[in-house]
Amino acid sequence: MEAKFNPKPENGCFLRASRIAAALSVLSMGLGQLYNGQWIKGICFFVLQFCYIGLFFEFLNVGLWGIVTLGTSVEHGDHSIMLLAQGIISLLVIALGLLFYVLNVRDAYKVGLMRESGEKPPTIAKTYQNVTDQGYPYLLITPSLVLLVFVVLFPLLFMVLIAFTNYDLYHSPPAKLVDWVGFNNFFNLFGSELWRNSFISVFQWTVVWTLISTTVQFGLGLFLAILINQKQVKFKRFFRTVLILPWAVPAFVSILVFSGMFDEHFGPINQMLNSVGIESIPWMVDPFWSKIAILLIQFWLGFPFSLALCTGVLQGIPADLYEAAKVDGATAWQKFRQITLPLVLYATAPVLITQYAYNFNNFNVIYLFNKGGPPVPGQTAGGTDILISWVYKLTFDVYKYNYAAAVSIMIAMVVMGFAVYQFRRLRSFQEEDMIQ
Amino acid sequence: MNTKWKSHMGIVLTYLVLLFMVVISIYPILWVIGSSLNPGTSLFSSSLIPQNATLKHYIWLFTSSDSQYVTWYLNTLKIAVINSLISILLTTATAYAFSRYRFIGRKHGLMAFLILQMFPSLMAMVAFYVLLNMVNLLDTHWGLILIYAGGQIPFNTWLVKGFFDTIPRGLDEAAKIDGAGHNTIFFRIMLPLAKPIVAVVALFNFITPMTDFLLPQIILTSSEKQTLAVGLFSFINEQFGKNFTQFAAGAVLIAIPIAVVFIALQRYFISGLTTGATKG
Repeated sequence: MEAKFNPKPENGCFLRASRIAAALSVLSMGLGQLYNGQWIKGICFFVLQFCYIGLFFEFLNVGLWGIVTLGTSVEHGDHSIMLLAQGIISLLVIALGLLFYVLNVRDAYKVGLMRESGEKPPTIAKTYQNVTDQGYPYLLITPSLVLLVFVVLFPLLFMVLIAFTNYDLYHSPPAKLVDWVGFNNFFNLFGSELWRNSFISVFQWTVVWTLISTTVQFGLGLFLAILINQKQVKFKRFFRTVLILPWAVPAFVSILVFSGMFDEHFGPINQMLNSVGIESIPWMVDPFWSKIAILLIQFWLGFPFSLALCTGVLQGIPADLYEAAKVDGATAWQKFRQITLPLVLYATAPVLITQYAYNFNNFNVIYLFNKGGPPVPGQTAGGTDILISWVYKLTFDVYKYNYAAAVSIMIAMVVMGFAVYQFRRLRSFQEEDMIQ
Repeated sequence: MNTKWKSHMGIVLTYLVLLFMVVISIYPILWVIGSSLNPGTSLFSSSLIPQNATLKHYIWLFTSSDSQYVTWYLNTLKIAVINSLISILLTTATAYAFSRYRFIGRKHGLMAFLILQMFPSLMAMVAFYVLLNMVNLLDTHWGLILIYAGGQIPFNTWLVKGFFDTIPRGLDEAAKIDGAGHNTIFFRIMLPLAKPIVAVVALFNFITPMTDFLLPQIILTSSEKQTLAVGLFSFINEQFGKNFTQFAAGAVLIAIPIAVVFIALQRYFISGLTTGATKG
């Protein structure tokens, strides 16, 4: 800074304009721009920096202290959870600040390079034009991005961090402080018999539930689509419209209606069974029959979507494929195995995977039918609880926020597994997309 | 002769299976309509074909001072409409940027959206509560709307981007040569062309608040701010079977409009989902 520098291209010299400008910008935002002769931009950056510090210093100070200590004294009004939230937001604000800081250094360096090659640094009007032109996509996504950070990213970070605290009914602000406990929640979840049993049985049922419900609802939909698609079948429109009704009615309404229909004493299903001489089945209070009932309901809710989806695919399969198979003397089953099934699976695979992921977390049908019941002795979850409905109960019934968060992390890992599969499909597509 | 007989049998079997599924599909729907017309109030008295059919439960919903059905209906409509509008603006703008521009973080952004759309929002319930509490939006409709509108971005951005990708690039390039600015291209050319997918996104986001009961249950605490789904759930949750016929009437009134719109638009859903699937 002290030595006057002559901004001419001098290759090999260590003190090149670009490097000095970048270094000055590292020192303080805007200095590099001032050095480059971009007065207005430099001053803007310089002022912005002090606004940021002035505006956020106190907030960040408390936030960072809060996320490390989670508060030190209830008497001073320390609220651990609010401090944790403020801490996370502080980290996000710092990330944003760093982003601008890096951009400022990069900008100074680039303009420095331009000066080395003898160009004049862009004027403020030019810069403005550049920002509005090149920056248009950023302008478009900024509102979404801001909302996503607060509504999606913040909650996920919050949930992950809660899993490493002792936040539960007995450590609940404002009366008590919450502390960091490391991996203790995970150890306890698998350490004590009660919790281990609960977790294992819930997890097993979640897997069984996901596989059976999705596979059957898809298979049933495909089967019906093939039936309706036969040439000889009349009233195609009628069948397609009526069979789509279960999907068109809002699911929460149907599930509540079903929980009335499956009622042990007054529900029409048991009355029907009685009238043909079968004894009433304890749909609500027996874990096994509850599971059956919930599976049946999900088949009903889920098959119309697969039916509609498969119908679309079937109509796209060229008829000459079947003609050729017929000439070769293929049976109906062979045609299905060799032509229909592979083509349908290929076209619907991504949607099917999403369906598995959806049912894995299908809270509505489990909770609205009988609240994940019936209660099972020797464990903390009900007989039909899947992981996600168990998380709900842990949170809102027994206030074990820490365990709920730990289980959520495990759910997240499974969900990531589904996502990885989608990724790999996507990669081939993305490369093609780039050429376009 | 034998094969002909076989194929006749096949067709008869096909019709039998289809008719069976038709009965299964509409029985619960007819049963709930029947229940709503029943004179009694309990589950016990409900039947498919009511003996003295009456509309008194519908009248009760709208006129009784004990019933907040109209308030809930208006709340739900308000949330649904605003959510729909905000979601369209956010999603189409984002999808347009991802479809037509190459910018830093584009690829990673798309990947992140793909992962984020799979996380159930239920996992973050406590965080929503804390967040809205911090900004004083707890127990307000706006708090709920912001969470809906933010949560839908990843999934619907993919959906709309898939559609934008199918619109030929030549169109916007020609407009650019003619001197159209970024905003003109987006609002005057791309959006009108994307009407079908915009309709789908609008409908998705209109239906979500009508059918979701979990989020409003946690965020909206006072009963005059409740939405329909929560209200109906509390109807039968508090004393199951007691109010069943009133619940049925309320359920029919929310299900019919949704089902009608849904059936009218379902082919857009399917094409949207399959183009989304094959195009990414």
